[in-house]
Amino acid sequence: MIVPYGHVLILAVMSFAVGLVCMVARRNLIMLLVGVEIMMNGAAIAFVGAALRWQLLTGQVFVLFLIGVAGAEVSVGLVLIVAAYRKTESLDPDTYNLLKW
Amino acid sequence: MTLYGAVFYLLGIIILGASVLAITRRNMVHAVICLIVSFLGTALLFFLLGAPFLAALEVIIYAGAIMVLFLFVIMTLKMETSKELGPSIGRWGPAVLLGTAFLILIVLVVTRDPISRVALETSVAEPAAFGRFVFENYWLAVEIISLLLLVALVAVIHLGRGKGEANKEDEA
Repeated sequence: MIVPYGHVLILAVMSFAVGLVCMVARRNLIMLLVGVEIMMNGAAIAFVGAALRWQLLTGQVFVLFLIGVAGAEVSVGLVLIVAAYRKTESLDPDTYNLLKW
Repeated sequence: MTLYGAVFYLLGIIILGASVLAITRRNMVHAVICLIVSFLGTALLFFLLGAPFLAALEVIIYAGAIMVLFLFVIMTLKMETSKELGPSIGRWGPAVLLGTAFLILIVLVVTRDPISRVALETSVAEPAAFGRFVFENYWLAVEIISLLLLVALVAVIHLGRGKGEANKEDEA
């Protein structure tokens, strides 16, 4: 045996909570994306733990898709940040107050 | 506690410690380096939980490609030292409160559920069996993910056209 299933879930939730705190507290767009990555990582831990608990491969397939979606999300998010940084010279979300440029 | 259990708790401490370090760094390069440690710990955890293929993917894609993309953007834009305000109780207080409330709620739900007390047995999903399972049962989802990545590629090329185009729009 490794550990009770609940401990894997609690580790996943703690990881998710750390990402949540990062997203709410930081005033920096790149750190916001870092928070999203930590939260996705927590979700992946929960999926892999559940796949082992029920001996089903479907949970691991979900993590495969999660990694693919995370790659797409990060690339689009970072290029949006770069485009916004060129206009405003700032990473603070509060400085993005234009609806049209 | 078995050896596997000890490894699990050690990896949990590494993952959480590196994540907390990452979100509190003011220098973004340091934050990304801490995050790489966290993702490598997660890869080892996947290995422990019987997913060697996903562990390899986590190292290659998360700790490799995505984190290098972050470093690349931080360094090309010369914004290692952000002008972000220092940590203040006004911003971190509510965030930590929200995170703690969320954590307590989920831990209560998990510990009350009898399913969560089942001990995990070691087993390994061989990469070959995993690949066969994916393409026999979820081939349509694989195609959809590849389409999503293609759309993301087109969006990145369109948005990142470069300064020349942006300047022309400024003059117009």
